[in-house]
Amino acid sequence: MYISDSIATFGRYLQLMWRVLALPERWRMFGREYVKEMASLGVDSLGIVVLISFFIGAVICIQIKLNIASPWMPGWTTGYTTREIMLLEFSSSIMCLILAGKVGSNIASEIGTMKVTQQIDALEIMGVNSASFVILPKIAALITMIPFLVIFSALMGFIGAYATSLVGVINVDDVTAGLQHDFNQWYVWMSLIKSLFFAFIISSVSAFYGYTVEGGSFDVGKASTDAVVSSSILILFSDIFLTSMLS
Amino acid sequence: MIELKQIRKAFDGREVLKGIDAVFEDGKTNLIIGQSGSGKTVLIKNVVGLYVPTSGQVLYDGRDINAMTKKEKALIHREMGMIFQSAALFDSMSVLENVMFPLDMFSDMNTADRIKRAKYCLSRVNLAGAEDKFPGEISGGMQKRAAIARAIALNPKYLFCDEPNSGLDPKTSIVIDQLIHSITKEYNMTTVVNTHDMNSVMGIGEKIIYLANGVKEWEGTKDQIMSSTNESLNSFIFASDLFRKVKEANH
Ligand SMILES: Nc1ncnc2c1ncn2[C@@H]1O[C@H](COP(=O)(O)OP(=O)(O)O)[C@@H](O)[C@H]1O
Ligand SMILES: [Mg+2]
Repeated sequence: MYISDSIATFGRYLQLMWRVLALPERWRMFGREYVKEMASLGVDSLGIVVLISFFIGAVICIQIKLNIASPWMPGWTTGYTTREIMLLEFSSSIMCLILAGKVGSNIASEIGTMKVTQQIDALEIMGVNSASFVILPKIAALITMIPFLVIFSALMGFIGAYATSLVGVINVDDVTAGLQHDFNQWYVWMSLIKSLFFAFIISSVSAFYGYTVEGGSFDVGKASTDAVVSSSILILFSDIFLTSMLS
Repeated sequence: MIELKQIRKAFDGREVLKGIDAVFEDGKTNLIIGQSGSGKTVLIKNVVGLYVPTSGQVLYDGRDINAMTKKEKALIHREMGMIFQSAALFDSMSVLENVMFPLDMFSDMNTADRIKRAKYCLSRVNLAGAEDKFPGEISGGMQKRAAIARAIALNPKYLFCDEPNSGLDPKTSIVIDQLIHSITKEYNMTTVVNTHDMNSVMGIGEKIIYLANGVKEWEGTKDQIMSSTNESLNSFIFASDLFRKVKEANH
C-alpha cells in the first residue's frame, strides 16, 4: 500500500515535471520571474547561510581542538579537519538541508496559496501553462544561485574557524596552516555538483507539493511540511549516491 | 455561442452534474442560478475547460473544446476572461501589473501601449488611481473590479464569472452586476454568471438557467421567473421574504 502510493506520487511528480519543462511562452516574462526568484530564493537566503556557516565553522574548530587534537598530532590537524568537513559535507549537503527548510517551505506555501486562491486556475484560463510559468523560474533560479551559496558557506566556515584563533582557542599559525594543508580542488567541485542536484530536488519537490494542494490554508500548511520532509529525505539519500559516485 | 450537450461530471463515482443541456448566446448575460452545492462552479469549470466532463460536449461556435489540440485550446482560452469567486488576482503583483499580465503574456503591443490599455481597463471599472496598490491592500469590491479589468484586457469574446458578488455588500454587488452587464453589451460578449443572488437575477438576468442537484430544472428570462410554476425554483426564489412579498403584491 505504502509502496504503491509512493510510486503513484512519483508518477504524478514526473507528469508535472513534464509540463514544467516546456519552453517559456514569453522569454521576457520568464526573465522577470527568474530575476525575482533569484532574489527571493537566493539572495534572501544569504543571511542565514552566512550566519550558520560562520558559527558551525567556529564550533567544529573548537570541538576538534578541545576533544580530538592532542600534543602528538600535528598542529594543522584542527584547521585541516574543519576545512574538510565544511567542504565535503556541510557546505553542500547540510546547507541544502537547511535550505530545504527555508526555501522549500517558502516555495510550497507560495504555490499552494496560489492554487487554493485560484490564481493557478486564472493562469490556465488565460491559456498560460501554469506549471511551467510558476515552477520553471524557481527551479532555474535556485540552481543558478546555489553554487554561490555553497561557496559563501564554505568561506564563512573557514572565517569562523579562523576567528576562533582571535579569541585564543587555537594558535593562529596552526589554523592557517591547517586550512591550507593538502588542499584538494576536486572537493570544491564535488560540493558544487552535489548542490546543483540538491537545488533541483528542493525546488521541484516543493513546487510539486504546492502545486498539487487541494482545499484551503490547512492543506497549504500540510503541503509545506510535506515538502520539507520529502526534500530532506531525498537530499540525504541522493547524497549517498552522489558522494559514492563523485569520490 | 456556447452550447452544452448532455454534460455529466462525476467525482469518484459521485455524479455532480447529471446531463446538462444549455445554450449561452452572444451579447447576452446568461445566469446560472441555484443553491450552494447545486453544481454551478463545477458546471462553469467544465465550460471553460478547467474540468473535462465525464461525458457530453462543450461547443464553442460548434467546436468541442475537449477535442481541440493543446494549441487550439490555448488560443480559445485567450478569448476568455474569467472572474473567480476569490478574485484570484496575483498577489505578488500590483493592480496595474495584474491587468497588464495578459497583455504582457499575449499581446505584441509595446510597453507604453500595454500600460495605456491596462489603465483604460482600470478606468472602465472605476479603479483609476489604484494602479500601484497590491491586491492585499484594497477592498473586496475593488479586487473584483480589478479582476474584471484583467479579464477584459484582451477584449475577450467570452466572460465567465463565478459568484462575482460573494462577500460583497448589496450596494457593491449591484455595481459589479451592472458593470458586468454593461461590458457585455459594449463588447458584445457571451457572458456566463454563476450566482445565488436574487438581486442579480432580477437586475441582469437576460437568460437564466436554474440548477438543482446537478439537474437543469428550469430555464427562461427574468420576466418569466416570477410566474414560474416549478416548485423547486419557487422555493429557491421565495426563500427570501422580500421576493415573496413582491410576488404577493403582484397578485
Ligand atoms: N473537485 C471536487 N471533487 C469532488 N467533489 C466536488 C469537487 N468540486 C465540487 N464537488 C462537489 O460538487 C457539488 C457541487 O459543488 P459546486 O459546483 O461547488 O456548488 P456551487 O453550486 O455552490 O458552486 C458539491 O457537492 C461539491 O462537494
Ligand atoms: Mg460555487
